[in-house]
Amino acid sequence: MKVKRKNILKNDKVFPYLCLAPSLIGVMIFFIVPFAVIIYYSMVDNPISKEFVFLQNYVNILKNTAFRKAAVNTLTFSLISVPLAVVLSMLLAMLLDCKIPFVSQFRTGFLCPMMVPIASVVLIWQVVFHYNGVLNDFLANFGVDKIDWLKSDKGQIVVVLLFLWKNLGYNMILFLSALNNIPKDVIEVATLEGAGAFYKFFRIKLRYLSPTILFVTVLSLINSFKVFREVYLLTGDYPYDSLYMLQHFMNNTFRNIDYQKLSSAAILMSIVMIIIIGALFIAENKFGEDVEG
Amino acid sequence: MIKSKKTKAPKRKRYRLVTALLTVIAAVSAAIFLLPTVLTIANSFMSASEINANYGAIFATTEKGGKVFVSEKINLKFIPDMVSFSQYFTVLFKSPDYLLKFWNSVILVVPIVIFQLATASLAAYAFARLKGRLKEIIFFVYIIVMLMPYQVTLVPNYLVSDWLGILDTRLAIILPGIFTPFAVFILSKIMRRIPPALIEAAKLDGAGELQIFTYICMPLCKSALFSVAILVFIDYWNMVEQPLILLSDTNLYPLSVFLSRINTGEIGLAFAVATIYMIPALLLFLYGEDYLVEGIAYSGGIKG
Repeated sequence: MKVKRKNILKNDKVFPYLCLAPSLIGVMIFFIVPFAVIIYYSMVDNPISKEFVFLQNYVNILKNTAFRKAAVNTLTFSLISVPLAVVLSMLLAMLLDCKIPFVSQFRTGFLCPMMVPIASVVLIWQVVFHYNGVLNDFLANFGVDKIDWLKSDKGQIVVVLLFLWKNLGYNMILFLSALNNIPKDVIEVATLEGAGAFYKFFRIKLRYLSPTILFVTVLSLINSFKVFREVYLLTGDYPYDSLYMLQHFMNNTFRNIDYQKLSSAAILMSIVMIIIIGALFIAENKFGEDVEG
Repeated sequence: MIKSKKTKAPKRKRYRLVTALLTVIAAVSAAIFLLPTVLTIANSFMSASEINANYGAIFATTEKGGKVFVSEKINLKFIPDMVSFSQYFTVLFKSPDYLLKFWNSVILVVPIVIFQLATASLAAYAFARLKGRLKEIIFFVYIIVMLMPYQVTLVPNYLVSDWLGILDTRLAIILPGIFTPFAVFILSKIMRRIPPALIEAAKLDGAGELQIFTYICMPLCKSALFSVAILVFIDYWNMVEQPLILLSDTNLYPLSVFLSRINTGEIGLAFAVATIYMIPALLLFLYGEDYLVEGIAYSGGIKG
């Protein structure tokens, strides 16, 4: 062989690093470095005098009632909507996995919410859930009093529904393909040995689905933080109490650029996120290892 | 197990009944999911007066803080009394604002999708080929960054844009968008599934790294690339948070934000604009739905 020219592009030691470089530099500039600066900002009293106050900003933000309300609301929302999104989409996937006709048409139907522009979703949601809206009209037939869905504690329900409507489709697709990837022979053997549907589901399918369950959980968690979009468009800067999300708080703080507040809030949130992600990682290591190939 | 013929016949009947029932359940729920799409398109063909007659009650009250007394009922209608293209005519020829905002969206989203895919496929290749502790740490950092909600990453974005002097320009949205690690994450999962034997064989045949990347990995990632492109496109096509914070000039706002600011008088237009806005996403979907399904099929788990 005549490999004399040592081209950089052919050198398998250097090339992967070259590939990584553009992305890594970008991530460094736009995420890592500023994040480090934010940690610093969160511990000084203001960006001009830069007096080190350590945890004082965190204490302040934890005492801030608006932040606390926003954090509780966001957390409640995620705690309710993420498990629902996982379980319901898994059920939907199993439904479509039952050898029923028109599966691909149904699939398209479930994916549709992804492409409807948010603003028109919001318009329709308003038509349905407004005080004078369609739902109240419909409920009136059964003698139910009018409910102001968006301006009461029921607001969370509306937003959870909106979230589920938007996200179930894609989650379902992920489950559907995971169900397809379960080796057929395993199920057949179980059937031959007389395993019931219940056993097959909990002992076999669930095991194979577990990596997907985690993936969908993470995805839903990310998306649950994005629900602010809809809430914001539905109700504006200062919604009803139960709909005041962390992003509202951040937006309103951005307006009067308070770096201490912003950065300590951001750091607190990321700590919570890292803890959750860490827990999911550990869970994946525990449950996922015997299945993943 | 021994089954007599007697028990078999009713069982098949029951099976059919169950299938029919399941189909109905699936159909009804799919219809609910489909409804808003249909509604948006159907309503876009109504004339302004018809829209106002149908929804006036709602949007008149929201505008004036609920002080208007409206006894009119809301009509959620699917079929227009008279099909009218007047809304489209107004949007396309009379109010250049909407087209301008549409263009704003395009100019923000297209570079993000293209460059995110480009940098991400390179990085994913690197992650699949490199070994060792350092790589694992970097990948972990990527995952953390990916999972951070906007609420967190917007603060760094704002700071960097301020330093670079790109605040209030489109770059403030485009650049961080390009380096969001979502695509890296998905693609490197797929690339890692490429059998090492394949790469070894190519090497024996004298292929360099660049050739392995372009001729082996890229084609194998085609459907994943496409599905990531769809997901990223849809995510940014509907962006709301970033423009609100990073752009103060409302002339630069994409249609996704602007659409929501349509005022009461123009409610009729909203559906037509929304339908137009939906078209690129719709086309992508129709063309790429199968990719979307198979592309991320293997990406179970979070670690990869």
